[in-house]
Amino acid sequence: MNGRQIMTAEEIRRATIRISHEIVEKQAGTEGLVLIGIQRRGVPLAQRFAAAILEHENVSVPVGALDITFYRDDLSLVAQQPVVKGTDLPFDLNGVTVVLVDDVLYTGRTIRAAMDALVDFGRPRAIRLAVLVDRGHRELPIRADHVGKNVPTSREEIVRVHLTETDGDDSVDIERRAATLAGAIG
Amino acid sequence: MAAVNAPPPELLDQPVAATAWRHRHLLDLDGLTWPEFELIMQTTDSMREVLRRPIAKVPALRGRSVTILFYEASTRTRVSFEVAAKNLSADVVSIAAQSSSITKGESLVDTVRTVEALGANMLVMRHAVSGAPYLAARHFSGSVLNGGDGWHAHPSQALLDLYTMRQHVPGGSVRGRKVVIVGDVLHSRVARSNIWSLTAAGADLWLCGPATLLRGFEAWARSWRGPSGRGVPGSFHVTTDLGAALRDADVVMALRIQRERQAGGLLPSLREYAARFGITAERLAGANPDVLVMHPGPMNEGVEIAPDVAIGRGSVITEQVTNGVAVRMAVLYLLAGAEPRRG
Repeated sequence: MNGRQIMTAEEIRRATIRISHEIVEKQAGTEGLVLIGIQRRGVPLAQRFAAAILEHENVSVPVGALDITFYRDDLSLVAQQPVVKGTDLPFDLNGVTVVLVDDVLYTGRTIRAAMDALVDFGRPRAIRLAVLVDRGHRELPIRADHVGKNVPTSREEIVRVHLTETDGDDSVDIERRAATLAGAIG
Repeated sequence: MAAVNAPPPELLDQPVAATAWRHRHLLDLDGLTWPEFELIMQTTDSMREVLRRPIAKVPALRGRSVTILFYEASTRTRVSFEVAAKNLSADVVSIAAQSSSITKGESLVDTVRTVEALGANMLVMRHAVSGAPYLAARHFSGSVLNGGDGWHAHPSQALLDLYTMRQHVPGGSVRGRKVVIVGDVLHSRVARSNIWSLTAAGADLWLCGPATLLRGFEAWARSWRGPSGRGVPGSFHVTTDLGAALRDADVVMALRIQRERQAGGLLPSLREYAARFGITAERLAGANPDVLVMHPGPMNEGVEIAPDVAIGRGSVITEQVTNGVAVRMAVLYLLAGAEPRRG
């Protein structure tokens, strides 16, 4: 690995617990609250938030998964169509508070696409945003309500989030971009 | 078409990693690798999920223009492609040959160039002449999708057939399953495309019909080298013995007797065909009790398929139509990623 670690497993665990408290505090409870993870690493993060809320509030908050592939505005810029991973929203979105969950907030275009997708499913009362890492360089007027860690980065760097569920371990690393365009989408 | 690297049998049915789609056109299925088939199936799953949404429309092809050019009559394929393209937010122009300048003698190549000059990025076409979409593809800078050409190929139909089988066959795989295609195989583009996909899927494929409507297929089966050119993983059998074909069959697909193509005297009469090769409940008694009954439509009920079988327990004929939209959304979406950009 040619990068450096910016969050350890322990720091990810603490950030997850803190954010789960913040989500409940901001909503003043768990009434009408749903968590929706953006494929792919937003989904296990949303599940972790829900597990933490269950632990300290004894309430099971519904969790959904959202794939934003069909809503991306950069389809004409990528070489091949990305593989779709699936949307599963087993609840009514009308009138609820949605907390969108993603691993890294970068340009904001993923979140724009996610909001477009969500409003096709219904009219939530509010949409909030929780991310593990905010690395800056926004291209749209979007900000996160809950952030695990703010990390100043340059555009030449790549932030890699590893989660046990998807990658076998928990860590956040930052590395210089190699001569590849992989990871260009934040 | 390009040679294909078919996977060894043990790799069949494995989940696809991020398989890259590299084809600009979909003219037939002979050039597809097994991971590409899997990618289409997986993308179709996602499209089915889109179709279940309250607003069954996503912006994936926004700003793309899809022209649907049909030189032959069609309801389900044309409408299905049109609905699929609209569900992906493409702009759709539908041209029926009967009401266009084609009746004034405009050539296919001219029409294709005109359609392109009018801004089409993707062209879905059906033509009575085998190979016509290949000619169109040479003169079109975008993607061409074959919606059926002569006796040659009907790739989107074979893909929806494969998808529908996988949905219903226990275990979700047709590998080793006995699939029987019965009827006018000779004139059938559906059968020909299904041969490529079902042998690639490793099905135990049987073609059955009167000898006059199987002409050439026995020789083809003997020399069959499979989509890989190596004879793995599949092969197919040809027989005129319907009883043997249906014995323990997992899937039976009746083909339409194409009345418009029966001028050559290959069949004594429709009644004789129905008596000897019609799929009836009695004949299906020899098949697997859970046999799936399929038909690419439109049906001649009472000829190739009995009315009670067409709506019977194992019939998935209407699901084939429903899945057709999702499969066509999947191929439009995948091809759009391989299409060269303009502007």
